[in-house]
Amino acid sequence: MRLILTALLATLASTASAQDEPLPELVGGSVRTSTAIAVPVMPGDVIGRQVAEVIASDLRSTGMFTPLGPSGLPSYSVEEAGNPAYPSWRNAGVAALVSGYIEPRPDGRITLACYLHDVTAGRELVHQGFAVTGSDWRRAAHKCADLVYSRLSGQQPYLDTRVVYVAETGPKNNRQKRVAIMDSDGSNHRYLTIGRNTVVTPRFSPRGDRLVYVSYIGRKPRVLLYDVASGQERLLIPGDHITFAPRFSPDGRDVVYSMAENGNTDIYVVSASGGSPRRLTATPGADTSPSYSPDGRRIVFESDRSGNQQLYMMDADGSGQRRISFGGGRYASPSWSPTGNLIAFTKIAGPFRIGVMSPSGGGEKILTDGWQDEGPSWAPNGQFVMFHRTPQGAGAARLYAVPIEGGSARLMPTPVGGSDPSWSPLNN
Amino acid sequence: MNKTILIGMSTLALTIGACAKRTPPPADVTPPPVTETNPNSTDPNSLEVVELPALQADLVAKAGSDTVYFGTDEYSLDQATQTTLAAQARWMMANPNVRASIEGHCDERGTREYNQALGERRANAVRDYLLSQGVPASRLVTTSWGKERPVATGSNEEAWAQNRRAVTVIIR
Repeated sequence: MRLILTALLATLASTASAQDEPLPELVGGSVRTSTAIAVPVMPGDVIGRQVAEVIASDLRSTGMFTPLGPSGLPSYSVEEAGNPAYPSWRNAGVAALVSGYIEPRPDGRITLACYLHDVTAGRELVHQGFAVTGSDWRRAAHKCADLVYSRLSGQQPYLDTRVVYVAETGPKNNRQKRVAIMDSDGSNHRYLTIGRNTVVTPRFSPRGDRLVYVSYIGRKPRVLLYDVASGQERLLIPGDHITFAPRFSPDGRDVVYSMAENGNTDIYVVSASGGSPRRLTATPGADTSPSYSPDGRRIVFESDRSGNQQLYMMDADGSGQRRISFGGGRYASPSWSPTGNLIAFTKIAGPFRIGVMSPSGGGEKILTDGWQDEGPSWAPNGQFVMFHRTPQGAGAARLYAVPIEGGSARLMPTPVGGSDPSWSPLNN
Repeated sequence: MNKTILIGMSTLALTIGACAKRTPPPADVTPPPVTETNPNSTDPNSLEVVELPALQADLVAKAGSDTVYFGTDEYSLDQATQTTLAAQARWMMANPNVRASIEGHCDERGTREYNQALGERRANAVRDYLLSQGVPASRLVTTSWGKERPVATGSNEEAWAQNRRAVTVIIR
């Protein structure tokens, strides 16, 4: 166990440069090194046990750690949080320790102090305090888990995030579909639409304060803009057209989408505040699923203009359209990673699988092995992809998240069936 | 161009009634917190469409079917399909006061957004044929349900063939 953490830390320096190199080929099914990490009950407040449980659960969800506790671990005092008894934690067989405490603040909020220790070396690696209102303690726990994950993985945080998706209930030939939102650990789940209209493909704005989604209104798919805080929504594209596949631009000002007319589907862009759409593609065929690069300069999309679905790239004004996918099978629903270096997609070769490739089309890697895995959405740190998996027959689709560097797909804790996930940016 | 019927509250109630009859809510669904609709100028409710079930039944009785089927990832109309659509066109001409929503559907083996495009192609192919039979364009609208409304729930060729379809839905 001690060796594992030491080795992990030793590889941190090389992690950043390794990203630029070709990624390893096969992933699905391989197992990562798992670091044993103790997360005892935090002193200072009765919520200390729940805080530790959330942190342990978050760390387990990364696939990188085997958290121990809080049950079965000894307690410690507030004073010991920053100065733990390393020898006894070593004897407990863990390589790392997450300690901390909770204390009230003069302004009525609480502070969660979060410490990460290398037990093997007997030293603190990092600490930080998070001030939140008492009812927001889960947010502080997620921030603490993000601090630990970030320090040990060398990656940007992603655990303090939300997920918006389509909650699915009822039989397959009469599905009720509602937009739902939750924290990325499944807590604080709520429905945003009542289920009278079929809805698909909700997507977060870059700041996470708005959504675009498609609702069948008057029997037609139409793009709606939804304000998360107020619940206010409006039609984004007036008129009687069939519009779908909406996504925000990285600055949140525009929404790119598809419109179908006379048997032909093209890609358009419209200001999120309204106005006249601009047409970006005009080639005969189904051009859809547009997704911006993080710098907003380019758009990846799918088109069957060559005869079947393939991925294409264009500049944000529609110029320079060129095909980038040339492997066997069809390629669909591309999603550009927040780090810019990868594009996730759905590959159709009999089954549907989630994969990634570089924006130039090289380095293809398949990440999943379900019957129908579809609709990838990136974690804000670009290390995980969420998607939905549909079983054969009449069963419900479910959400999964898979690490792009290898590891098995993890079932997301939704209360009902789910599809079309969109991962939020990191919460403020 | 925009023939969508703008409706008031009383008609809206009718719409909900019609929808409820056709697609009863699943029993396992508890009412969620409601945060939908606002009464401003882009109110989505202004776009509701009213189905006419009695006339729908008459179309099926007189034309033989309100549904035509397609091959995998295709939207061409074979001879049998054209025969059915010709009968639908005759019914439309004999019932000049109704409109039809031509609704394309797909099987589950396409991705969601591609299927929305493919369903529109199927609806458009049917629309073009009805136009060629003399049905005025002003009486036809098209839409695509993609893979959102399968009629057969299996994951096999028989179920998929039933789901690759276009339905002529009679509306006011």
